[in-house]
Amino acid sequence: MSALDTGWTPPPQSLAGRLGDLFWRRPGLLVALMLLPPVLWLGIVYIGSLLTLLLQSFYSLDEFSGLVVPEFTLATYAELLRPSNFDIILRTVIMAALVTVASAIIAFPIAYVAARYARGKWKALFYLGIMLPLWSSYLVKVYAWKLILAKEGILTWLFAKLHISWLLDAILAIPGIGGNSLSVSYIGTFLVFVYIWLPYMILPTQAALERVPANLIDASSDLGGTPAMTFRNVILPLAFPGIVAGSIFTFSLTLGDYIIPQIVGTSRLFIGQAVYTQQGTAGNIPLAAAFTVVPIVIMGIYLTVAKRLGAFDAL
Amino acid sequence: MTVAVSLRAVSRHFGAVKALDAVDLDIEAGEFFAMLGPSGSGKTTCLRLIAGFEQPTSGHIEIFGERVEGVPPYRRSVNTVFQDYALFPHMNVIENVAYSLMLRKVPKAERLKTAEAALDLVQLGGYGARRPGQLSGGQRQRVALARAIVNKPKVLLLDEPLGALDLKLRESMQEELKSLQKRLGITFVFVTHDQGEALSMADRVAVFSDGRIRQVGTPEDIYQRPDTPFVADFVGSSNVLPPDLVERLAGVRRFASLRPEAIRLGGEARLTGTVVARSYLGPVTRLAIEAVGLKLHAIVPSGADLPGEGDTIGLGFDSVALHLMGTEP
Amino acid sequence: MRSDGDRAPLLLRLAAAGGLVYLLAPLAIIFVYAFTTEEKSFVWPPPGLTLKWFAVAWARPDISAALLLSLQVAAVATALALVLGTLTAAAVSRTRFFGRETISLLVILPIALPGIITGIALRSAFSTFSIPFSFWTIVLGHATFCIVVVYNNAVARFRRTSASLVEASMDLGADGFQTFRHVILPNIGTALLAGGMLAFALSFDEVIVTTFTAGQQQTLPLWMLEELIRPRQRPVTNVVAMFVVAATFLPILAAFYLTRGGDEIAGSGK
Repeated sequence: MSALDTGWTPPPQSLAGRLGDLFWRRPGLLVALMLLPPVLWLGIVYIGSLLTLLLQSFYSLDEFSGLVVPEFTLATYAELLRPSNFDIILRTVIMAALVTVASAIIAFPIAYVAARYARGKWKALFYLGIMLPLWSSYLVKVYAWKLILAKEGILTWLFAKLHISWLLDAILAIPGIGGNSLSVSYIGTFLVFVYIWLPYMILPTQAALERVPANLIDASSDLGGTPAMTFRNVILPLAFPGIVAGSIFTFSLTLGDYIIPQIVGTSRLFIGQAVYTQQGTAGNIPLAAAFTVVPIVIMGIYLTVAKRLGAFDAL
Repeated sequence: MTVAVSLRAVSRHFGAVKALDAVDLDIEAGEFFAMLGPSGSGKTTCLRLIAGFEQPTSGHIEIFGERVEGVPPYRRSVNTVFQDYALFPHMNVIENVAYSLMLRKVPKAERLKTAEAALDLVQLGGYGARRPGQLSGGQRQRVALARAIVNKPKVLLLDEPLGALDLKLRESMQEELKSLQKRLGITFVFVTHDQGEALSMADRVAVFSDGRIRQVGTPEDIYQRPDTPFVADFVGSSNVLPPDLVERLAGVRRFASLRPEAIRLGGEARLTGTVVARSYLGPVTRLAIEAVGLKLHAIVPSGADLPGEGDTIGLGFDSVALHLMGTEP
Repeated sequence: MRSDGDRAPLLLRLAAAGGLVYLLAPLAIIFVYAFTTEEKSFVWPPPGLTLKWFAVAWARPDISAALLLSLQVAAVATALALVLGTLTAAAVSRTRFFGRETISLLVILPIALPGIITGIALRSAFSTFSIPFSFWTIVLGHATFCIVVVYNNAVARFRRTSASLVEASMDLGADGFQTFRHVILPNIGTALLAGGMLAFALSFDEVIVTTFTAGQQQTLPLWMLEELIRPRQRPVTNVVAMFVVAATFLPILAAFYLTRGGDEIAGSGK
């Protein structure tokens, strides 16, 4: 075979080649060089900023001069426990918990049908039904709900058309969670939160359900299990890590959000809004910083528990 | 005689694990050389050291007289056929084969011609435009082979080249590899865990176990005259007799190997045993026999009058069939 | 979990259908409102339909300026995230080194923590070091949380790219750079494209961090937020909202057809 008869030729040498040799001989050097930019960026820009913030939470605000006193104190944290501030924390955590539970209940049938039954056209519809709300602009989604919940909006109209306006009025009359219209009530805030974070619950639940082998369900009914028993003993335990994974998103995102309650809801604050006002109009950076520590601590606890429940395998 | 690859006291340690431990080896130019051993025995590490994917912890490696420690794989006159073929999925067959020529800035027309010639050599002429994903396992293997020989390396390394192929394909590829090696005159070094493959293809075989080479020799040497009980057992499943039994049979206190096909059922009985299993293999039948506390295998011609399970039989063999080995297990 | 042939129980189907309506109806309503003739309220049903607000929105300089800024920020932030995310993914999947887990955590943190924390942390850092707000402070914040989507996509692909491909390339005569160019890059290319698209979408839509890192400049989401809090011309907001939904519709549809048949749920990386 004449074309192959030339014998082995070495590859051409070049300057880049020599640098390549260096990296080949010292792979650690290459890894270090690759990691340098991202570590500088995240380590200095991001972690540095977080630490600056954390440091601020140990300072306090001089009430007379309105200036930050750069001395170590726990007084700002003590301020979090004042009833007005503690209410904000409590309100936010309760809302986050309710939103999480509601999302799980609404998400499950969607995820279950999408994972087990949907095919062809229906599969496409489920895909769009989950992906479009997920990827659509956050503000546009909030805006859509402002349109829906407005006093003159589609929900009021729908209740009127069905001749059940009395029901809406009754709901709005409930003290505490009702209000003048849905768009200025806790019910409204809750509905929007659930809507916005629902896809984050559906996706991990669906992923967990997709991993349940169909023959496991067949085996259960084969062994005489009723559908309810199969659901409780086979499907739910296997889907549970997915639901916990989804709850990390719904819980954390609700804890930190400050735009939804500002646009749809009452004038009473959530943690995010408190942070925003404290650092903005009030100029009390230490208190704002202390407020941000609250969701960090709560999420830390939440993630530790979730890890024990095996949620990270379902992510 | 030119030495193609030479290893001197080469060790490769991964932490506390000695994947390769003070190995000496000379592979001659133009040889078809097999590295045989069970998985984890160090044969693949040895191949990777020659290719340059690993660096020795200590010792020296020479390829055609040149020291190659610290020389990256891309400067070694050695090419590899990978176990999983490692064809580039984003290139078609001809681009895969021409890859090393492209890197050497060979003009396009010439490199396509050369690559096509290499494909012809592995009987895949005309397959150039296909993607690796469209080929069968055997065809991918040929592409990997063509890609590795297109730049005419001085040594071709093959890592379990036939491992992923089915039995029939494997047999025909064995013959093909052998004839290809003869035509190209390149030194072939191939790694396998299949002793049949090593014995039928190689000019010489090195048997690895636990990071060491236990024996190097021609297939006949390895098969007929194993140096250690490990080699006797691993290469062709010989019966290994312990020293005290060998002392009784032959008067020397050493291990000995007795090939299953050397055992006779008739004639003068030198051992007595009980048949525990019988497997019919066509022209021959394999018997598992319990004798003197050992489990022995005998391969005898198939016939109507063979003993069944539970029968007590006498075993005979010629004294020359008893191959004496060392005193170490 | 697939079971062929059988159908879901009626109650389950109703619950799932109800869920889908809940998910999709609000987006559909946006489309209707873009054509309403009503200017002062959100009255339903719309008293009449018109196209005139499209022209009005088109002519508004503040909208086009906000759109342009958003596109620029997203482009620069995506480019930075692509470089940083790919480098991190390559380093992490290439070797097992001390602190690998820490690096992964570092990358994920900006998106795991609520956006308001990232936002206020950056803002207080800017004020501590007297850095004035600018285009670059916005980009800085966006790139920080975009790194993770590029990283996630790239790291998964690196893991699937067999190590022997790199070895084969080097064996055939390519040094590290040539191997990167001819083998690694083409193999991770689509993952980077997907990661880049996600990063772009994430940046384009971001509002929470941006409120803290932008000065006088308005990105499109900031403009939208302003309109939500202090509405000036409601029909124009409606038109912009519809435009934004329509703009997300096409890539989602494209992603669906591109990844059809695969196991992954496209876009689930968000």
